Amino acid sequence: MKQGARASGAKLTKRIKIMAQLTLDKLNKRYNDKAVVIKSLDLQVNSGEFVVFVGPSGCGKSTLLRMIAGLEDISGGSMYIDGTYVNDDTPSERGIGMVFQSYALYPHMTVYENIAFGLRMAKMPADEIARRVEDSARILQLEPLLQRRPKDLSGGQRQRVAIGRAIAREPKLFLFDEPLSNLDASLRVQMRMEIAALHRRLGSTIIYVTHDQVEAMTLAQRIVVLNQGNVEQVGTPLELYDQPANEFVAQFIGSPKMNLMPSTLIRAGNAESVVKLWNGKDLTVPIATPASAEGKKVKLGIRPEHIVWGEVSEAPYLADVLFVEHMGNETYHYLDNGKHGDPWVVRDASRSAIAVGETVGYRIPPEHCHLFAEDGKAYPRLVHSNGEARVGANQVQPVSFSNRVGATPIH
Amino acid sequence: MNPKSPPMTGVGALPAMVPASRGKRSLQARRSRSAWLLVAPTLILLAGVAGWPLVRTVFYSFTDALLDAPHEYLFVGLANYLEFADGEAYGVLADPVWWRSVRNTLWFTFVSVSMELVLGMALALLMNQKFRGQGLVRTAILVPWAIPTIVTAKMFSWMFHDQYGTINDLLLRVGLIDAPLAWIAEPGLSMWAVVLADVWKTVPFMALMLLAALQMVPSDLYEAARVDGASAWQRFRRITLPLIMPAMIVALIFRTMDALRVFDLIYVLTSNSEATISISGYARNQMVAYQEMGVGSAASVLVFLMVAGVAAVFLRIGRFSEPREKQS
Ligand SMILES: Nc1ncnc2c1ncn2[C@@H]1O[C@H](COP(=O)(O)OP(=O)(O)OP(=O)(O)O)[C@@H](O)[C@H]1O
Ligand SMILES: [Mg+2]
Repeated sequence: MKQGARASGAKLTKRIKIMAQLTLDKLNKRYNDKAVVIKSLDLQVNSGEFVVFVGPSGCGKSTLLRMIAGLEDISGGSMYIDGTYVNDDTPSERGIGMVFQSYALYPHMTVYENIAFGLRMAKMPADEIARRVEDSARILQLEPLLQRRPKDLSGGQRQRVAIGRAIAREPKLFLFDEPLSNLDASLRVQMRMEIAALHRRLGSTIIYVTHDQVEAMTLAQRIVVLNQGNVEQVGTPLELYDQPANEFVAQFIGSPKMNLMPSTLIRAGNAESVVKLWNGKDLTVPIATPASAEGKKVKLGIRPEHIVWGEVSEAPYLADVLFVEHMGNETYHYLDNGKHGDPWVVRDASRSAIAVGETVGYRIPPEHCHLFAEDGKAYPRLVHSNGEARVGANQVQPVSFSNRVGATPIH
Repeated sequence: MNPKSPPMTGVGALPAMVPASRGKRSLQARRSRSAWLLVAPTLILLAGVAGWPLVRTVFYSFTDALLDAPHEYLFVGLANYLEFADGEAYGVLADPVWWRSVRNTLWFTFVSVSMELVLGMALALLMNQKFRGQGLVRTAILVPWAIPTIVTAKMFSWMFHDQYGTINDLLLRVGLIDAPLAWIAEPGLSMWAVVLADVWKTVPFMALMLLAALQMVPSDLYEAARVDGASAWQRFRRITLPLIMPAMIVALIFRTMDALRVFDLIYVLTSNSEATISISGYARNQMVAYQEMGVGSAASVLVFLMVAGVAAVFLRIGRFSEPREKQS
């Protein structure tokens, strides 16, 4: 039975392999000629790519997605699908399929009718409709539910029906608006894997909106970080993690957040720079800074997992532990830093014996440091590797990433 | 087990549970008693103002009582309804005026309720759109509904006046007619005059009922339908209509009941013209104009049966459509 499902899935894959390229050119969205929600946004989504829009609440993710769908007017700029200007096309003319956060299933129709609705609207012959509905039901394991109504389904099943409805129309472009935010944590993980598997199987272009950075990191081939209607950075998940273009991205990607330590740049350089840390000590980091920045205030960024413990007697820095969070698989330590904002966070990938109130010694490995100018822009890091000790040998990506860094579009 | 021995843990817990469940049952009984207490005033009132008069009406419909002497009567069986004597038929059911009034009432009900449904739907769809002054329009539209029927009828009788009425004046100016029309006196026109007045008065009710239903439809369903390629008409036909159907049926029941019982509007607008007489008007004529309490009661019982029958049909339709159209 499983084999049968796979075989027909392959058949469908062949048929659906229509995928589209999306180009946004200086896209603008204004409400009432005042509130500018999307500001002159440029973006290119390649054929078959899985792109995730991520950003804090209210940054314009849904608005942008709805503009792409054709549900929201475009105030300025142009949009192309496969090179065709589509600003004035209706959603169905654009050939998109959309999965809504609320699922938006038609409550008075059965699952079958829900999936078939778009096909009926397209005046498709009945046997073609039946075949397509059965195909998408098979892919999403909806066959036993076809005669039920949405109210008789669980949240995860509704989610699958909503996806099935989008699949059946064989759209060129799939749009997902926070599709998992109404599901509980374990179902979210399961559906996340199902969506990833679906993308591999269909190979279609997917644009996926979420404010959950874990979803973004795990699903995306490329992530678009949005903030107040601007694109902060576009890149692969690990590019964003390793080479955040600015303070916002550095803080948004990664959990717990990157530590930002107030410092002063005391010597600029093309190969390495020297900063004076908040505690008065100097640190030489492999980051290129312009001479003009010398003497300016900067922020030194270091991720919680990169701070290394040292013996109290010989470590360069000492701190008191304010509190400790045990996750079971990892441990977060919060270190007292005086009056420099949030306490520094140190993440241990194992159980930790460190107790609250204890004084610990730690070290900041220069190769893992990030440096941000006062306006938040990152200075280019010269070491791109993520640190061999922490990257599994089977992960080949970091190598290819460092090759591609030059091509990273930075906004 | 010795009942006097102190209860052991575990064993003692068992008898303790029995009174607990008994306490629950008595709580349920108490709740149902207080429920009855709460609905009792309504039931008594209904029995007094609706049940008793109905019973009396049915009773009198089998007698030959006259209105000025209701206590002197003889039982006449079904004679008030239908009786054959000397090869002739007598009774309400044999009266051509009764059948005329039935036709009038059904025609009036069908035409006015259909027009109200269509116009009410159009208005509701319009009011469901976002525009400036929405609140004002929604309030203003209620004005005709708030005006007493008698006032509406009087107003329309002036508007329909053949010489001084605004409607003839308007039609003459626009050039649709050459000579004034006798809206009220002309049998072919008077029913339309009644229908127009009724539609004007009750469209707001229909519109607001439907608007309330429209606002319950989540807007993302329309967006999903747009993505699915449904045109505006298809969205209305396949999404809106099925989802507001339950509310629409309730509104239709209300309006149909009302229309079947129509009396005041017709009576004030066209007085006792046979061209517009309704079944309620017929019953009233028998009872008040001819003082025939028995015949009038028989006609009233028939009115009641007709209204109840139509209500039952509607409720049946509503029951059938409910599982299909019920929203999750
Ligand atoms: N009709 C409107 N008129 C004016 N402003 C609007 C309108 N719709 C949305 N906005 C504004 O546009 C901004 C972006 O909204 P949007 O729904 O795209 O946010 P989002 O990124 O999807 O947030 P969330 O993660 O909370 O869903 C918000 O600040 C919102 O207030
Ligand atoms: Mg949103």
